Amino acid sequence: MSQRSLRLLPKALGLAGSLALCLAFASQAAAQEVKLRMTIWSANEAHLKLFNSIAEGFKAQQPNVSVTFEPLPFDNYTTALTTQIAGGNAPDMAWIFETSAHDFVNSGALYPVGKTLAATPGYALADVAPSATERWTKDGTLYAYPFSTSPFGVFVNNDLIKQAGAKTPAELIAANQWTWPNAIATAQAVAAKSGKGGIVVRDFNYQAWQFLSSVYYGWGASPWSADGKRCTFADKPMVDALNFVHDAVFDKKAMPGPGQNVDFFAGDAAMTITQISRASLLPKEKSFDWDLVPLPRGPMGDYAIVGQAGVGVLKQSKNAEMAAKFVAYMTNPENSAKLAQFFPSARRSLLNADTLGKTNARLSPAQLDKVVVSGISTGKLMPGHTDFARLQQMVRAGLDPVWQPKADIPAAMKSICAQIGPLLAK
Amino acid sequence: MQEARPFWTLARREALAGGLFVAPQLAGVLVFVLAPLALVFWYSLHEWNVLANTFEFTGAQNYQDLLQDATLPPVLAASAVFAAGLVVFNLSLALLLAVLLNQKLVGITAFRTLFFSPVVVSLVAWTIVWGFLLQANGGINGVLKLAGIEGPNWLRMPATAMASVIVVQVFKNVGLNMILLLAALQGVPRELYEAARIDGASAWRQFRRITLPMISPTILLTSVITVVGALQVFAQIAVLTQGGPGHSTTVLVYYLYQQTFQFHRFGYGSTLAIVLFAIVALLTLAQWQLRKRFVFHEQS
Repeated sequence: MSQRSLRLLPKALGLAGSLALCLAFASQAAAQEVKLRMTIWSANEAHLKLFNSIAEGFKAQQPNVSVTFEPLPFDNYTTALTTQIAGGNAPDMAWIFETSAHDFVNSGALYPVGKTLAATPGYALADVAPSATERWTKDGTLYAYPFSTSPFGVFVNNDLIKQAGAKTPAELIAANQWTWPNAIATAQAVAAKSGKGGIVVRDFNYQAWQFLSSVYYGWGASPWSADGKRCTFADKPMVDALNFVHDAVFDKKAMPGPGQNVDFFAGDAAMTITQISRASLLPKEKSFDWDLVPLPRGPMGDYAIVGQAGVGVLKQSKNAEMAAKFVAYMTNPENSAKLAQFFPSARRSLLNADTLGKTNARLSPAQLDKVVVSGISTGKLMPGHTDFARLQQMVRAGLDPVWQPKADIPAAMKSICAQIGPLLAK
Repeated sequence: MQEARPFWTLARREALAGGLFVAPQLAGVLVFVLAPLALVFWYSLHEWNVLANTFEFTGAQNYQDLLQDATLPPVLAASAVFAAGLVVFNLSLALLLAVLLNQKLVGITAFRTLFFSPVVVSLVAWTIVWGFLLQANGGINGVLKLAGIEGPNWLRMPATAMASVIVVQVFKNVGLNMILLLAALQGVPRELYEAARIDGASAWRQFRRITLPMISPTILLTSVITVVGALQVFAQIAVLTQGGPGHSTTVLVYYLYQQTFQFHRFGYGSTLAIVLFAIVALLTLAQWQLRKRFVFHEQS
């Protein structure tokens, strides 16, 4: 080695040391930087704006934590989510449908969040209705938070109904006549007069039969027994309910038939049954006189149904505890009140028309009281079960013969029970 | 003293060059074809619950489950019907169009472009548009209504759902086969037809005795492509029917998708993938063997 090289050696070593030190600090800083990702099924700009503002609020508390939201398509949401999990790219947090709740909770896919929520100052977990957390709890441990408990109501196009010379649901409610037969009669009158759709069960589309629960719950029907072990499709309430629907579709033409696309929010139907969170689809400028009313009374009396979405932390997350802290922040009383404008909260303190009215400008206090508050307080959840996707497909295939003009409904129901019975009994 | 032979002889240099040329392709096949295939086979010997994060070796259990799967026979039947329907209609129509478009007429290039254009359209976009056309109150029934015909609910009736899916797929891809057959037709020597005409052969006889044998290698190629494509159909089913009504349009790939990604049975789904691979391989092999009987250049 030359003299010159020997002289430069200490400088080179010093430079290398400094670089190593810088790299070490940089990697330490990077290690402290936590990036959380949550999958959601909404790409609505207003929703994302609200979520991002909540994430910014969390960052103010935890400067090293950033949260991003990844919208996945609604139709294949759970499939896309499980594919991410299978591919080793699981998100830290995810929205979960109520129908998939059993699968996620029972499989052990979720990190228990109950303790973190309860330990968060000011969180007031006891304020959340126990009925709302039931599906997300196993052996007393809460695995996901029901951040959205959205009741189903009937959106009404009063213009179409008045043009058909029929009584509006509001008039029927005033006369204590808001029953399913009268609702169908109104829908039938509109369909006959205008050629437009009568009453649409949104998202059902003769495939996602779980949405038809907004009708068959009125008959006291359910797809399986309360313990989930026995098929009840062939029981009288379900057969009666499906007979009623079949008659409304094929004889009275009061509901759009299979393969007919009708959009209430475009003004093409008299009524639609959907969650109140769909109010955002109503035309911005008042193109028709709309109303929101509770579900019609069924043979079993008044009833309500709620759709629920949980937010959970995936156990595979490398930052599960931090993700649970974000869930706690996102669903604390203050943020729950903000979220309630789109996603009605299960917090009892927020369940009143006054509070909900502050963030739901489009709905009147009466609508909020009759549909939202009453619906969440008394509503039953949509059906769910372990292995729901498989059951859903089996029943969907079994129900296809029902959606024909001359259907043998009891036979189809027996066939469905023969198919799904062994899976339920497992 | 004998001079030592150089190691890098011309033959060795050529062998090395050849090896280097095919190495990227071989690496691609190894990484993207053989390794995934081996992995799928490995997965098929396991029960893999993605949600529970469990991966348990179960040996041949998934293959035994296959034999007891009551849904599998209708699924295989639907796949066979789809593949047979597609091959028959696609190849017949492609050949007919190719013969028609092989004429020397004004504007024939425009017609060729027109029939080929669906091939370059996005498959999902194409299928969604057809989905609207085939609705009960869609465009096709609207046209039929103008003629006083009450159209069926195409995608909701077992008898018409599969036919509808086949038609959608035929119109999507017939242009590709048409172009291949057209190229083959244009390669048939004119002298053969002239000699046949001098001998008094009819047009049909010329077609049967000259055209068909001369384009038989292309017919083999298009039939292999069409059969393999038919057995791998997925998007059309997912968009148009979701396998319904009942299981009438649940083809093997769609069933595989349901089992794997919707029902979270990744092990069983992998088993179905192996079955699909075996069926495609066997059919391709069978077609390859049949070439000796039906393909003109292969006849000894």
